[in-house]
Amino acid sequence: MSDMTFTNSQPSFFRMALRKPGLVAGLLIIGFSILLAVFPGAFAPYDPNTIDYNAIRQPPSWAHPFGTDLLGRDSLSRVIWAYQVNMQMAVFGTVFALVTGVIIGALVGYYRGIADLIFGRIVDAVITFPFLVLVIAMVAVLGPGLVNMYIAISVVYWVYYARLMRAEVIAQMGNDYAAAGVVMGYSDRRIIFRHLLPNAITPVIVYWMTDMALVILLGSSLGYLGLGAQPPQAEWGVLIAEGRNFISTAWWLSLMPGLAIVLTGLGFSLLGDGLADLLRPRG
Amino acid sequence: MDENTPILQVDGLNTTFHRNGRALPALRDVSFSVARGEVLGLVGESGSGKSVTLRSIIGLARRYGDVTGQVRWQGRDLVEMADRALRQIQGREIAMIFQEPMTSLNPLLTVGLQLEETLRAHTDLPRAARRDRAIEMLDLVGIPSAAQRLKDYPHQFSGGMRQRVMIAIALAANPKLLLADEPTTALDVTIQAQILDLILRLAQDMDMGVLLVTHDLGVVAQTCDNVAVMYAGRIVEQGLVRDVLREPRHPYTVGLMRSVPENLPPRTPLYSVPGVPPGLDALPPGCAFAPRCTSCIAPCSQDRPALSLITEGRQVACFNPVTKSQGNAA
Amino acid sequence: MTGTVMEIRDLHLRFPMGRSPADYVTGRPGRVVNALNGVSLDLIRGETLGVVGESGCGKSTLARCIVRLYTPSEGEIRFDGQDVFGTEQRADRAYNRRVQMMFQDPYSSLNPRMTTGQILAEALSVHKMRPDAKIPARVAELLELVRLSQDAQHKLPHEFSGGQRQRIAIARALAVEPEVLIADELVSALDVSVQAQVVNLLLELQETLDLTILFVAHDLRLVRHVSNRVAVIYLGRIVEVGDSETLFSAPAHPYSQALLSAAPSLNPDERGKAVKLEGELPSPLNMPSGCPFHVRCRHATETCKTTLPVLLPFKGRGEVACHHVEEINANA
Repeated sequence: MSDMTFTNSQPSFFRMALRKPGLVAGLLIIGFSILLAVFPGAFAPYDPNTIDYNAIRQPPSWAHPFGTDLLGRDSLSRVIWAYQVNMQMAVFGTVFALVTGVIIGALVGYYRGIADLIFGRIVDAVITFPFLVLVIAMVAVLGPGLVNMYIAISVVYWVYYARLMRAEVIAQMGNDYAAAGVVMGYSDRRIIFRHLLPNAITPVIVYWMTDMALVILLGSSLGYLGLGAQPPQAEWGVLIAEGRNFISTAWWLSLMPGLAIVLTGLGFSLLGDGLADLLRPRG
Repeated sequence: MDENTPILQVDGLNTTFHRNGRALPALRDVSFSVARGEVLGLVGESGSGKSVTLRSIIGLARRYGDVTGQVRWQGRDLVEMADRALRQIQGREIAMIFQEPMTSLNPLLTVGLQLEETLRAHTDLPRAARRDRAIEMLDLVGIPSAAQRLKDYPHQFSGGMRQRVMIAIALAANPKLLLADEPTTALDVTIQAQILDLILRLAQDMDMGVLLVTHDLGVVAQTCDNVAVMYAGRIVEQGLVRDVLREPRHPYTVGLMRSVPENLPPRTPLYSVPGVPPGLDALPPGCAFAPRCTSCIAPCSQDRPALSLITEGRQVACFNPVTKSQGNAA
Repeated sequence: MTGTVMEIRDLHLRFPMGRSPADYVTGRPGRVVNALNGVSLDLIRGETLGVVGESGCGKSTLARCIVRLYTPSEGEIRFDGQDVFGTEQRADRAYNRRVQMMFQDPYSSLNPRMTTGQILAEALSVHKMRPDAKIPARVAELLELVRLSQDAQHKLPHEFSGGQRQRIAIARALAVEPEVLIADELVSALDVSVQAQVVNLLLELQETLDLTILFVAHDLRLVRHVSNRVAVIYLGRIVEVGDSETLFSAPAHPYSQALLSAAPSLNPDERGKAVKLEGELPSPLNMPSGCPFHVRCRHATETCKTTLPVLLPFKGRGEVACHHVEEINANA
């Protein structure tokens, strides 16, 4: 029945995207998160660092919807300004691993041989260690801070992207268009990067989306542990850590940044799922 | 029972699928019958509805679309029958085999277990008798050292042997009708010949009707008693294989036969029916073949020709059927 | 211009299967798939050479060796007198331009993310077939050559039918103006009427462009129709080669006889005339000794079990690899 002929009008990419409510919700959440990250000043009602000793640990009110913290700073403004740091984490914590992983994975998948054997051992070595422990160990060596955290994550994480890319390239090489490229006399570079990569990258992109959510979580964890962003910088993990001793009396201090993490994570997940659906090759 | 009493009688079968809110008429007004021991070929190109016909008879199509009309089986109508009652007939009285045996065998169970499961579901044989019957079936379909091979898994068999196993499982419960959907398309010619021989022999020995779907007119010529040619969801010509292939009357049958490179001077252009088959959602108002037909006349584009008897035992759905002299000249 | 364009000599290809732990313990060597076992074949300029055989016989492997997708374990392929697997020739992309291939599966042989126009333009620009400014005009010409409309340029492969995709594959191969075309089951996946259109196109292009074609297919009727000469392959060896009409009307090797008679004829009166072939193709993992066909051959003798027959001319009508070809064809 697959050969039945339909004269099917292909709706445009954009219109197909609009038909998926999950994808639309993901796009809205992440789009708004990016806006907050780029223009925090336009959305935050107060300066995030202005201290007001007359308004310490106030519960949520019309004047301070998320309440105020130990130094009387407006929690909503702190959470909004933290978008800048946390969204930056999502990008810088993943993009180096993504690019390196995609290139190495594609090369290893295409050439196989000795390089593939070595790669296989690296994968084994990396995935047998608990990821968080590995990153913490590296940050401990390099010293705490955002840049060192990005380096630590990237050094470990490219392996996951490369593993995914390698498997996908090998699967794509089962298609005759790759063989046709060889027969046409195309260079390896052209076959890998012009033919195989665009067809193999979809699952990697989808993974990237969920990975950004994971990295925000990881960055916040490190911030909470004091290994990532350093106070007084507003960062969700740092904010949660600041509120942890007052969880029974000033619950909003930890809850509000926690909700921000959940919402952003949800946004990336919805976006990833929707993209996976949309990017599946048709026909 | 009389040799010519049909065991299966299909009458005005319609199957409609729905895609993106549009109704797709996959089968329209399909009628034919199969007698005991008869092999009926259903032939046509992709999308002509030949596989949908099999699936509509056995009740697989109703899950994906609307099936109407009558499928008379042992005095009952399979179209109207409840799923539960139908399941009693599937596999026991009517069996089906598919093009790719690997996908219809369970890769995790041994062949013996799968055979026995069928026997347990469809017969009252005790355990020991089931094992004997399983060996007997594998033996019957020509699998060497059958008793040992019961312990093997499907992947340990070659393509041809897997199709034999599939046939053994299908025939284990002594069905009265076998529905075969392109059973040899995935096989090499030498193996194809063996499998077709086997199906023919078993049909005779077990006095079983066979409905054979294929795209290969050669397979029809070598195996079937009768043939029905399908185009765009309808039967366009039906009759004895010998008559239809020697003197096709519907222009589509003529075109189909002429595109087979047989008895032609080498390296001369092959005939091919102009144009492409219509989409199911864009069928022309009159005869579906009219836009591609070389003998199209005025009524063809407005009215739909009914399948009607034009000579003894030959039905054609055409306002302007090809006569013998035209057939040779065209 | 006639003469031999390609000489294939004693080609062997073995795929190692790797050794199991048990093999290491017992010191047994790894198992090997013998895909090609000494194929020798000449390709004559301007001809269509058909290659037939059952699946797994090595016909597609042979095709892939010719375009250097596989490197043979032994033997050589000479194109215009040059060994195509020689160290200098390996780096030479001109060979890929002169010898092109078309694949069986019309759904996987085109990059799903490139339009027809991009696919053709890429071939033209990589091989510098035309200056950049003239590429669009040449793309248009190529589409016309394979009878596709110009708006096909902007469409992606999934928007075409199987037959149309094979036309695109033909256009891509022709873009680099090759001398030899390898057609590996080019039309096997298509319906008969579409098959006819693609085959007609191929034959016509062969005339106008002076192409040499190696036509690999399992459809015997089709191979008979398009080929000048035919080679029959069994378990990675050629068992018979000769003029197409002669071979099809009176095959000499017992395997050719069985294979050809198994093809179902359109004539219902020829029922039951097939030479029955018992058993199936042995696994290329355990090659039979002697003649590879002896286990299924009804004429086999002790000699056949021990000695490998070589291809020898038979009655001036091609070559046959069979010890008993004289007796078998005595009545013919």
